[in-house]
Amino acid sequence: MSAFFSKQFDTKLRLAAAAVVVVLGTGGAIAAYLLHPRQLDTGYTPVQPVPYSHKLHAGNLGMDCLYCHTTVAQSNYAAVPMTEICMNCHVRVKEKSPKLQAVRDSYATGKPIPWVKVHRLPDYVYFNHQAHVTAGVSCVSCHGRVDQMTEVRQVQPLSMAWCLDCHRNPAPHVRPPELVTRLDWQPEGDPAVLGAKLIREKGIHPPDNCSACHR
Amino acid sequence: MNELIQLNLSSLTGRKYWRSLNQLADTPEFRQWVEREFPEGASELLDSGSRRTLLKLMAAGFGLAGLTACRRPVEKILPLSKGVEGYVHGRPLHYATAVETCGVATGLIVECNDGRPTKVEGNPRHPFSLGATNAFQQAMILDLYDPDRARQVQKQGVKSSWAAFEAWWLEQSAKLGDGAGLRILSPRSTSPTLESLKAEIAKKYPQSAWIEYEPVNFDRVLEGARLAFGQPLQPHYRFDKADVILALDCDFLGLDTLSAQPVRQFASRRRPEDGQELNRLYAVESNFTITGAMADHRLRARASDVAAFALALARQLNVTGAELNVVNQPADRERKFLAAVAKDLLAHRGRSLVVAGPRQPAEVHALVALINQALGNAGQTVSYTRPPYQPSDSLAAVQKLAEDLAAGRVSTLFVLGGNPVFNLPANADWAALFRKTTVVALAADENETWKAATWQLPEAHPFESWGDVRALDGTASIRQPQIQPLFGGRSALEIAALIAGRAERRGHDLVRSFWASQWGAEAEAKWKKALYDGVIEGTAFPPVDVKADAPRVFAAVQVALKPAPAGVEAVFYPSWHTFDGRFANNAWLHETPDPMTKLVWDNAALLSPATAKRLGVKDGDVLEISSGGRTARCPALVLPGHADDSVSLQLGFGRAACGRVGRGVGHRVESLRAASNFWFGPAEIRKTGATCRLVTTQEHHTLIEPITGLKRHNIVEEFTLGEYRERAGHGKHESHPPTDLFPEFDYSKGYQWGMAIDLSACIGCNACMVACTAENNIPVVGKDQVARGREMHWIRLDRYFSGEEDDPQAVMQPMACVQCEKAPCESVCPVAATAHSPEGINEMAYNRCVGTRYCLNNCPYKVRRFNFLNWNKDIPEIRKMVFNPDVTVRMRGVMEKCNYCVQRIEEKRSQAKAEGRRPIRDGEILTACQQACPADAIVFGNINDPESRVSKLKRQARDYSVLEELNTKPRTSYLARVRNPNPELV
Repeated sequence: MSAFFSKQFDTKLRLAAAAVVVVLGTGGAIAAYLLHPRQLDTGYTPVQPVPYSHKLHAGNLGMDCLYCHTTVAQSNYAAVPMTEICMNCHVRVKEKSPKLQAVRDSYATGKPIPWVKVHRLPDYVYFNHQAHVTAGVSCVSCHGRVDQMTEVRQVQPLSMAWCLDCHRNPAPHVRPPELVTRLDWQPEGDPAVLGAKLIREKGIHPPDNCSACHR
Repeated sequence: MNELIQLNLSSLTGRKYWRSLNQLADTPEFRQWVEREFPEGASELLDSGSRRTLLKLMAAGFGLAGLTACRRPVEKILPLSKGVEGYVHGRPLHYATAVETCGVATGLIVECNDGRPTKVEGNPRHPFSLGATNAFQQAMILDLYDPDRARQVQKQGVKSSWAAFEAWWLEQSAKLGDGAGLRILSPRSTSPTLESLKAEIAKKYPQSAWIEYEPVNFDRVLEGARLAFGQPLQPHYRFDKADVILALDCDFLGLDTLSAQPVRQFASRRRPEDGQELNRLYAVESNFTITGAMADHRLRARASDVAAFALALARQLNVTGAELNVVNQPADRERKFLAAVAKDLLAHRGRSLVVAGPRQPAEVHALVALINQALGNAGQTVSYTRPPYQPSDSLAAVQKLAEDLAAGRVSTLFVLGGNPVFNLPANADWAALFRKTTVVALAADENETWKAATWQLPEAHPFESWGDVRALDGTASIRQPQIQPLFGGRSALEIAALIAGRAERRGHDLVRSFWASQWGAEAEAKWKKALYDGVIEGTAFPPVDVKADAPRVFAAVQVALKPAPAGVEAVFYPSWHTFDGRFANNAWLHETPDPMTKLVWDNAALLSPATAKRLGVKDGDVLEISSGGRTARCPALVLPGHADDSVSLQLGFGRAACGRVGRGVGHRVESLRAASNFWFGPAEIRKTGATCRLVTTQEHHTLIEPITGLKRHNIVEEFTLGEYRERAGHGKHESHPPTDLFPEFDYSKGYQWGMAIDLSACIGCNACMVACTAENNIPVVGKDQVARGREMHWIRLDRYFSGEEDDPQAVMQPMACVQCEKAPCESVCPVAATAHSPEGINEMAYNRCVGTRYCLNNCPYKVRRFNFLNWNKDIPEIRKMVFNPDVTVRMRGVMEKCNYCVQRIEEKRSQAKAEGRRPIRDGEILTACQQACPADAIVFGNINDPESRVSKLKRQARDYSVLEELNTKPRTSYLARVRNPNPELV
């Protein structure tokens, strides 16, 4: 009776198994790379209902972030400004501009402007702007050079690993709290040295346990 | 294993505790609950779910899974167009307000997130709240977002409008003349503004009548005072000043008071380390209430025998005139109790207190007033003021209304709230009578009264409308709305203004102008202060100095008190689930087990084990209870400790016209309740042969009592005062656990959170359970799922009986995750979804959990809860408004449990940091359960601070950890229950 399995069958089986592992592994690695928030989320630049330019307002005109994002030091949310805040200036400045029609409509009708969220965290993440800003983490650390963006885009992955990198080594990202909105500010010398000093003085301990962010 | 180790249970030492009669008898059904990880069927997917359904669902799931990840969801940010003063997105706002139930008002503080009220708290400034609430007040917020509320003005079921109703009234009012055909029926109200409107209406329509009716009322208390003092007066008790308390059929810790104050006062005298003498509570009652469970001595007696007891006590205390012999002589076992109580009361003259429940006839209340006076308690532990509302005999008034309706003397009947068709005494067919006239019904939901009305008007929720209330002592509060009426409802106040023909119709204007007229010049400042504080200063009534008239009382007693007939009697009680039916559509309350029976989603006819045996009745047998030609059907439930020959019935169930939650839940017993047996009366019981499935949670999550050697280590610990003193002399008992296999973690730095729960103070009132449900977005699962052991409460109240099944003692134990330092759940999680925080909290990361349920299996405290289904899937949009935005709403397949309200810790931490990085103060963080607790039995704080309240409690001699033998080192410890028995009765 001839052998049901050839002599090479074992070898072939092993090679086939190895091939499957290699193909799946490579595929998995490629998928993991492509699906990582760094690839998937960074660069997200949605079209906004009003062509508002941060570059013009925060960059060229030099308006402070806090002029519009008023609650950043008091609440979890930095607050997208109320239409009222736009109209503080735009009742006189460019009061006829067709680009601002949506703003004027909102002010007249009381209906909100439907801004599109750029920096989106999952619902189970409880990020607190107040805690970060008052500890001296600048806007630029997470949002990038918004003062140079005509349209706001996401520049950081905002993934949990990225959060934890900073929570485990905060020193390079901590500056005096009064300078958090100065996006172009650089300390003299190594930022990590100044950061370490501030962390020591103020007793900053960034938590890395689950419920710090997940509740 | 169980076959190998057969212990002789009778040879064990230590006290035996049991949670149900099944456990006492050690039946196989009970063993299943203890031994299985889940009861049989708990992990099945669906009722009729088969493997095939599961595969179909999985296939669909995989198919769709690919699609969902394709596109990033676009989210909108919708900022306000114009700002609102004081509003910061993401920061809750708190407003003081007040609510009333049956004429009992309590001050509250409501938390609003982004304009929607989400959580109710007590108002610490209010004398009857003291910062705490009861379960009903916690659950009120859910009623606000009930999608089944009345939404639309209707005329006989046809869509109409407020304008059309007002036009009709303008026409109708012109025809009323002196108002001979006008009747207004409303619930009891303490509102001073409404009182002024009533006076205006009475002036405009002198022949009209305003009738106040509550199915649960305190008329007999006030009538008793009228008998004793010649005027109706509201008694006020100082439970904190009384060393000896006798409660005669009075559940003053439970449903007979409706405010936190008596509980706080009582509990303040149950802590032996406070240096004050421990009080002693005697209870005489038919039902086994939570007051009975707190009592040091309890006498089971039928409700109708309480009068005989009160009279015999008066005689024993030598109250002049008490020699009457009109009611039954007490039986022998009662005599011993009576003698001991009388002696104890006499030994504590001026520091004792006798109270009677609202079910007892006026004569008993008058006798109690005499007894308190004879004991020198008047002015010490009991005082009297005028009542916060105009007292009236509501039973007589509704009887008159029935006659007027039947005779056609009524042309217009306004029903300003409540549900009278459902709960008026069954002497008349109210639905038929209502059809004889034009009925204008203002109703919160489309209830029985709404269905019987001509004009159907949606009522605004108390959190949607302006108003004012008076607490029992007269302290007035403004009720300010938290949100605009969601469905365009109006308040009773606004309808009353319409009837009175007032120009101002808005609740705000009515309340404000009334108080402006009271305050004069400083009205503006006082109004602001009243809104901010939640109480109006200086509005409490002064105590009235009165003397009871003994001859008048005994003359009345002679006439009124007949010997109680032998045989079975039926007693009506408000229910822990629906109260009187007003919370019938509130799923949170239905799912919170009754404190004593642990019954959910039902009411039952409670019987003693002996009576049940005599009648041959088992749990779930449907009984037909009849009295005076009226009948009601209700399933039986045997309650150990219930009085023999008595059946306790809970009101407010079996609502025919109700929202989706409460429709058809339970059995209506109001059909048995007439003016003659309004609270209790003789009844006949017959088995119908039908059965009804009753679901109780009493055997769910039963902890396994460790037995080492031949000693039981109890889950609940109890001492008598004598034992406690002996133990306190030796200092705190230190355990020496076996060698630890796990490495130690350094918990000596920073905040280390811990909790102490005082079993001596805990009355088991459910407030913590509902507060936790509201705070932590805990889902409701329904009767069928509870039967499978899938209830989701993070904190539960375990009720343990000990002693004889006929007359046991009971202890309540709140049980939530105890946050073990050596947590058995953490070491078995394959994905590290549950991990320890450096501050000692055992955390759950829901987004990490894959649902293996190993943690639940390994938890000796049985406090982990698994989302077997997506409980939040089909809930209506409006119902989602009640969710706490600080807590994740969990998905199917995820484990959850108590985390010491970590969102509140983080909120206070960030507040402390923002305020110059100061340390968090002791008492600044209150967990939801702690905040709601009327007994102040739950204390949370930093155990690393030796001066914190929780550290001090944990150093007490009666502090112990549950299942200490397992060396899990729980952060929640318990303070043993201390009883103060009378040596003469032991």
